[in-house]
Amino acid sequence: MTHIVNEVRSGTYYDSVVLMQLQKSILALKGVLDVGVMMGTEANRDVLEQSGLLTEDSKYAAAEDLIIAIKAESAEKGKDALDSVDMIMSQRQSSQTSQDFRPRSLITAVRSLPDARWVLISVPGRYAVDVALEALDLGKNVFLYSDNVSLDDEILIKKSSLEKGLLVMGPDCGTAVINGVGFGFANVTKIGPVGVVAASGTGLQALIVSLDGLGSGVSHAFGTGGRDLKDKVGGITSKQALSLLAGDNDTQVIVLTSKPLASEVAIDLIRFINTLNKPVVVNFLGFVPLVTRIGNVFFAKTLHEASDLAVKLSSNLDSITMNTPVSNKEFAPSQRYVRCLFSGGTLAYETLLVLNTFAEGVYSNIAINSDYKLHDASVSKEHTVIDMGEDEYTLGRLHPMMDYDLRLRRLRQESEDEETAVILLDVVLGHGSHPNPSAELAPMISDVKSAALSEGRYLEIVVLVIGTENDPQELSVQIESLRRAGAHVETCTDKAASYVGNIIMGLSPYLINIKSLEGSDIDQVTQVSSIINVGLEYFHESLIQQGVQSTHVDWQPPAQGNEKLMDILAKMKS
Amino acid sequence: MDKINIEKSNALAVDKMMSARPILVGVGRASDLIPNMQANLILHAGPPITWEKMSGPMKGAVIGGIIFENLAKNEEDAISMIEGGEIEFAPCHEFDSVGPMAGVTTASMQIYEIVNSTDGNKAYSNLNEGYGKVLRYGAYSEDVIKKLRWMNEEVAPVIADALASSDHGIDIRQLLSEALHMGDEGHNRNKAGSILYTAKLAPLIAKHCDNSSIASDVLQFLADNALSVLNPVMAGCKAMADAAHGIEGSTIMTVMARNGTELGVRISGLGDRWFTGPVGQPVGLYFPGFTSDDASGDIGDSTITETVGIGGFAMASAPAIVTFVSGTPQDALNATMEMYEITVSEHKHFTIPALDFRGTPVGVDIRKVVELGITPRINTGIAHKDAGVGQVGAGLVRPPMSVFEESLVAFAEHYGILD
Repeated sequence: MTHIVNEVRSGTYYDSVVLMQLQKSILALKGVLDVGVMMGTEANRDVLEQSGLLTEDSKYAAAEDLIIAIKAESAEKGKDALDSVDMIMSQRQSSQTSQDFRPRSLITAVRSLPDARWVLISVPGRYAVDVALEALDLGKNVFLYSDNVSLDDEILIKKSSLEKGLLVMGPDCGTAVINGVGFGFANVTKIGPVGVVAASGTGLQALIVSLDGLGSGVSHAFGTGGRDLKDKVGGITSKQALSLLAGDNDTQVIVLTSKPLASEVAIDLIRFINTLNKPVVVNFLGFVPLVTRIGNVFFAKTLHEASDLAVKLSSNLDSITMNTPVSNKEFAPSQRYVRCLFSGGTLAYETLLVLNTFAEGVYSNIAINSDYKLHDASVSKEHTVIDMGEDEYTLGRLHPMMDYDLRLRRLRQESEDEETAVILLDVVLGHGSHPNPSAELAPMISDVKSAALSEGRYLEIVVLVIGTENDPQELSVQIESLRRAGAHVETCTDKAASYVGNIIMGLSPYLINIKSLEGSDIDQVTQVSSIINVGLEYFHESLIQQGVQSTHVDWQPPAQGNEKLMDILAKMKS
Repeated sequence: MDKINIEKSNALAVDKMMSARPILVGVGRASDLIPNMQANLILHAGPPITWEKMSGPMKGAVIGGIIFENLAKNEEDAISMIEGGEIEFAPCHEFDSVGPMAGVTTASMQIYEIVNSTDGNKAYSNLNEGYGKVLRYGAYSEDVIKKLRWMNEEVAPVIADALASSDHGIDIRQLLSEALHMGDEGHNRNKAGSILYTAKLAPLIAKHCDNSSIASDVLQFLADNALSVLNPVMAGCKAMADAAHGIEGSTIMTVMARNGTELGVRISGLGDRWFTGPVGQPVGLYFPGFTSDDASGDIGDSTITETVGIGGFAMASAPAIVTFVSGTPQDALNATMEMYEITVSEHKHFTIPALDFRGTPVGVDIRKVVELGITPRINTGIAHKDAGVGQVGAGLVRPPMSVFEESLVAFAEHYGILD
């Protein structure tokens, strides 16, 4: 038998919507069949009457009175329900949860967190490019965790970042630590004087852990993404990061590491680092130069050796003399190459190997790599090392250590080539050799130098002299004579080769134009107190745990992944 | 491709929308005020629709409209006139008008006249009947018709005289700005606005109505109805939306309306073409004795409020009705925050105290809707599916995504964007 109970509460006011909610809650109670909770206006009383919910108690309720009308399975259930009203109303108030708004678009996130300098992107690669470009357009640096981004898109993103003076780490960048805040996967290490640039995620992690273990620490560690050091990308991010760290007061020494890479790119980076004013420890796995140092580049063979060297350098900063790179201003634009004319085969080999650290592709008649084998040794090609002691030159002639005629002719030939910037020759003294090589060489050197100068070219002539004071030709006499003729003289093969290497490295064009790097500002990059996360919520939580103010974008594929609509939207934006 | 600059066009459109200043200037007969209004023409809410496809409440309201116009004596006659092709139908929107729920507006009905004093365009809306059994929910019984006649013959002339005697009419934009600071969002909650409206009319009515009994009845009618101002507000919004319509290259939505069967939108840069899709079923709270099984499909032109940045878009200003959006004031804030995602601007005149007086989200950009997969939020009353029962609840609904996708494709085709 159903039972109707009513209660009238005078002088109360509730918005009708609050009352509808209350009504819904009462209806959910056990044994309740129907409910009406309304202010006692005439119209409302009519509604309750038609629903069979009105009792005599409520018939004369006023508009300011609240009527609670309940139809229940029994009088008892009805009374229970009435008794629960206050509890339900207070419950509603206390269970109000506060949930912050989650933006759906990057632009909205930027508006809510305008000071954020970084956007972490981990959306599927198919969409990552557009999100990254949008972040750059909004003036934000990008940590791009997403993979499956094409090489062309990577170049597009990085060129855009370069134009805007912003940094893009990635794509496929898993790790970075900036000002102690870890992006993506990152170890917790001490803050310290060593800056890191890594084209390898685990390489970065191993390095910073090793630095921590050695009692040192990390200023900032930038990841670049594994393809940054591919020739087409040209190490844009690596160079930007190196520049930023070079300008960072908290960084004393920089470590650059990479998985095996093209020597062309390695050389490009070495050259670039030589424009910076900080010691940089370079560990390119699989790239083993014959020299331990080029200017401010210090080579390390392994990750641990790199961190060890970095720590040592950072604690002996004052004792490091920074080489000033050779000035190239006197050379004409056409002059780019070195020509080495050797009488000694081993000297030629060593020079060839050292030069390979400074220049990609050195041609030679004794080349180890068949790609760079010079088939017609009488004509030089780009950078060339000729061993004139090879059989082809000595057939029917004296060895070039004795007879300078062929080399002198070749010296003139090379000096007349507009592309020649440097010519390196060796002079081997001692018994059996030419009795006075400088007597033949010096006049020719001054002659070809002035001839070049008259045509607007500066020609650098380097002579490697191997001999002693007690040799019949007298080392110091030979050196003096050659210097007077305008030659640069060295007495050690790797030094001569390095000297030449520095010059030609300075003359080779960069893989990318890095002029715009000047706009990069370390302060805007190292500001990590607030960050915007797009994609994996896990990274957002990780940032929050690290005390970073993070806004998570509740990202969805644009146009719900509809390709046609995405295409239209893209075209409408451009 | 034509040289269009969508960003610029949208900025212009939304600026015209915000700068429009709708003034309620008078009340008069539809046949006198609405250009090309015909005696056998019935204006209805939403996009164009045929009799066969009309929902219950729409059919009921149409029958009521025909009886009100004395074109037929009863339901049977009215239906046979319709089936005989003697009655014509057109959307209110195609006649500079808007109407809540069924929106049925006929030639001899007294209607509000709004003038946008910035651009000079006009907009119209019928008078609000209050609650219970009313025409806009499809009721057409004798008492419903009787009330309509009383409104037409007694209430309307009093308001008309009052407005005629006012210096500058009633500034609807100003009224709305104030109401948004008093807990209204301008669509589902118009309590404050209706009080403000009644307060503005009361002294004028007291002064110009000779019959104090009638004056009292009219004031009581206005004061009892928390939706009194809804209709002038809707016409005001229509005047704002129309100011933004027809801007070459603009992707701003300037009409969103439902006829109970279909929802239709119009886009500023795409002329008078409708893009339609099936209406949704509102999710909300129901009056005692009713459930979602009783609900009609979404209906009414009142979404003109959302179109110009109030209603569901201004949810954050109406904490009293937050239960529609699941319960907490934070949810109300989030509702408004979400709409910033798909709009191009923040309103210069409509601001939200709870958001530190940030302007309401205004100017729905169909590109953003499609890109982010977020459709506009609509606060709405829920009609019973059967004619004449009336309102059964209130809640939240969203338009179908298809109308935005279709309009985006049409925009691309119209402007040769894919060529």
